[in-house]
Amino acid sequence: MDRRKFLELAGTAGAMAAGAGLAKAATKAAKPSDNKEKDEEFVAVLVDTTRCIGCRRCEVACAQVNGLPVPDPARDGALEKDRKTTVDQWTVVNRRETEKGEVFVKTQCMHCEQPACAAACPTKAMEKTHLGPVIWHPDRCMGCRYCMMACPFEIPRFEYDSWNPRIRKCIQCYERLQDGEQPACVEACPQEALMFGKKSDLLQEARSRVYRHPDKYFHHIYGEHEAGGCGWLYLSAVPFEELGFPTDVGTTPYPEYTKDFLLSVPVVDMIVPPLLYGLYELTSRKERVQEQEEGA
Amino acid sequence: MSTVATTGAPPRRSLGEFILEQLRPHGPILTPFNIISAPIILAGMVLVVIRFWKGIGAVSNLSQAHPWGVWVGFDVMTGVAFAGGAYILTAAVYVLHAEKYHPIIRATVLNGLLSYMFYSGALMIDLGRPWHIVNPIIGNKFGYSSIMFLVAWHFLLYTLSEFIEFSPAIAEWLHLPKLRQVLKALTLPTVIIGVTLSTLHQSGLGALFLFNKNKLHPLWYTEFLPVLFLVSSVFAGLSMVIFEGSITHRAFRIQIDPKKHHEFDEITLGLARGAAATMYVYLFFELLVFLHGKHWRYLNTGWGAWWLVEMVGFVAIPLALYAHGYERRRLGAIRVAAALTLVGVMLNRLNVCMIAFNWKSPVKYVPAVSEVVITLMVVFLEIWAFRWIVHRLPVLREAPAPAQEG
Ligand code: SF4
Ligand code: SF4
Repeated sequence: MDRRKFLELAGTAGAMAAGAGLAKAATKAAKPSDNKEKDEEFVAVLVDTTRCIGCRRCEVACAQVNGLPVPDPARDGALEKDRKTTVDQWTVVNRRETEKGEVFVKTQCMHCEQPACAAACPTKAMEKTHLGPVIWHPDRCMGCRYCMMACPFEIPRFEYDSWNPRIRKCIQCYERLQDGEQPACVEACPQEALMFGKKSDLLQEARSRVYRHPDKYFHHIYGEHEAGGCGWLYLSAVPFEELGFPTDVGTTPYPEYTKDFLLSVPVVDMIVPPLLYGLYELTSRKERVQEQEEGA
Repeated sequence: MSTVATTGAPPRRSLGEFILEQLRPHGPILTPFNIISAPIILAGMVLVVIRFWKGIGAVSNLSQAHPWGVWVGFDVMTGVAFAGGAYILTAAVYVLHAEKYHPIIRATVLNGLLSYMFYSGALMIDLGRPWHIVNPIIGNKFGYSSIMFLVAWHFLLYTLSEFIEFSPAIAEWLHLPKLRQVLKALTLPTVIIGVTLSTLHQSGLGALFLFNKNKLHPLWYTEFLPVLFLVSSVFAGLSMVIFEGSITHRAFRIQIDPKKHHEFDEITLGLARGAAATMYVYLFFELLVFLHGKHWRYLNTGWGAWWLVEMVGFVAIPLALYAHGYERRRLGAIRVAAALTLVGVMLNRLNVCMIAFNWKSPVKYVPAVSEVVITLMVVFLEIWAFRWIVHRLPVLREAPAPAQEG
């Protein structure tokens, strides 16, 4: 084996190792950065849409704890429209007409277990915390809006009307959770339509509700596997399309989609240069031979 | 037009005189191009002030459903593809010894360099919090597992490579033969690194959309987006070189040795062949993706028709024109093919980034006039810079002998 060949081989091996490292980092980035114990489990909220009465007290509580304009459910007639979350409404309740009558659905960030937004963010401004909430760091974000492009649930919101825009979305009351409290919306719900706890406990609870009332529920827990698993789980009486949920998000964790590319980056970075140099040598030799032949 | 000879003599003037002399406009001022571009540049600048004062929403139609519009879709996505000629041609000339293309190398590299500089400028307008752009660069917070982060770094380093590749021309301009030699010696390694960086950031722009399986229309979404972006950057770049060459050679005819005009025709034919070959590969890939994804299901929808416009009208037809032009040595056909190809690549990038993006959302995006004006401002500024440099530095013309020696 001559020297260059050896170097190329060594380079390839190194590149592969680096590639594997990057890909591992990719899956890690979408996982909590401050996860001290491996088997620490994320918290979640279970939403039972069959219990929700559309009182929108969750919206009010959310606005109050987050310093957002507080809505007036009795007067603002917001249920008449189909709403999406906005920069200052991090959760909204919509009324849906379904085969089984009127259903109210609360929406907000799904707090994915491996969030697309965090995998996308070039500055790690979007962060999946060890507790579970996905939060945003104002001191890191450069406002590229790639998180908005990447999020399959169309959740991060950008302040287009500010010279110093922020990304706004539900942060699952991260600070309250750290103090051992529940999210404000869960606490405010008069119907126990919202339930807070460890994801595995909530899944068990959801399954037993479906098991006990198989006719009442559509047999699917939305959020258990969607987009690789979410921190918000939903029960419903009707198929989730009817509630306006995206049913095309798949079950693949979003960082998986870019893993192959990330894996190939260091490989290409290390293999292409020696390859190009090889081509350079090869073509110069050919030219020299040609010149000699012409000269002869 | 200036007389070329003045720059030939070693500078005996003072530095101040030299700077003044170089700042003086070297062409007529009231040309049609200036009359159109100057007011647009001025208007764009006013709009940029408004944007930084009142926010992005004040000058654009970007929305929560469409966070990326023409600033990203045209300036960055399309602009980077158009600038692909530099990495292709430097690879051909410096790595593969295709000497034939040497005469157009400098202009192509200069174009690439300026595009990149102006696009990153345009990006500053698009970023909501541009003062934090240092975070991913100086390592405050390395999102090294983010495609965007990798693209940004490859983009940045490649801009630097292009600068080094172009720098001998600057040394010639400043009559610094020693420096020129050092810089010249850097060319081969820089080209090798630059080509590598290019393959990755060209494909990386496509990889940015890999997350969008449920947001991008299936006719455009494929896991092969990085490959498609890379391959299309080759013929986009070559078409830009042809297109831009046919304009510069008219605009700066005086700078080009008349004996060379025939040479340029041969170069154009060669470029056309390269573009046709890569477009063929591209169409083949697109066909595979189409068949594999059973995409004929979408053909009789509006989206299907729109996709066919892109694929047939702006890939297959220019491909046929290129092939015909090459076979029959018809330069006119080749120029038309180049223009059509450029439109096609632009359509493709805009489709992926905004038109077919979030296609199920009721919210549609149509760029605001002010967004387009800002985009045009960037393009015109780049052309102004290109013209300024071509009038002064040995880009199209040969440097006089004393500047090269040493
Ligand atoms: S729903 Fe969107 S914003 Fe929320 S964690 Fe998931 S990817 Fe991020
Ligand atoms: S907008 Fe901010 S939070 Fe979102 S991806 Fe860009 S840097 Fe990260």
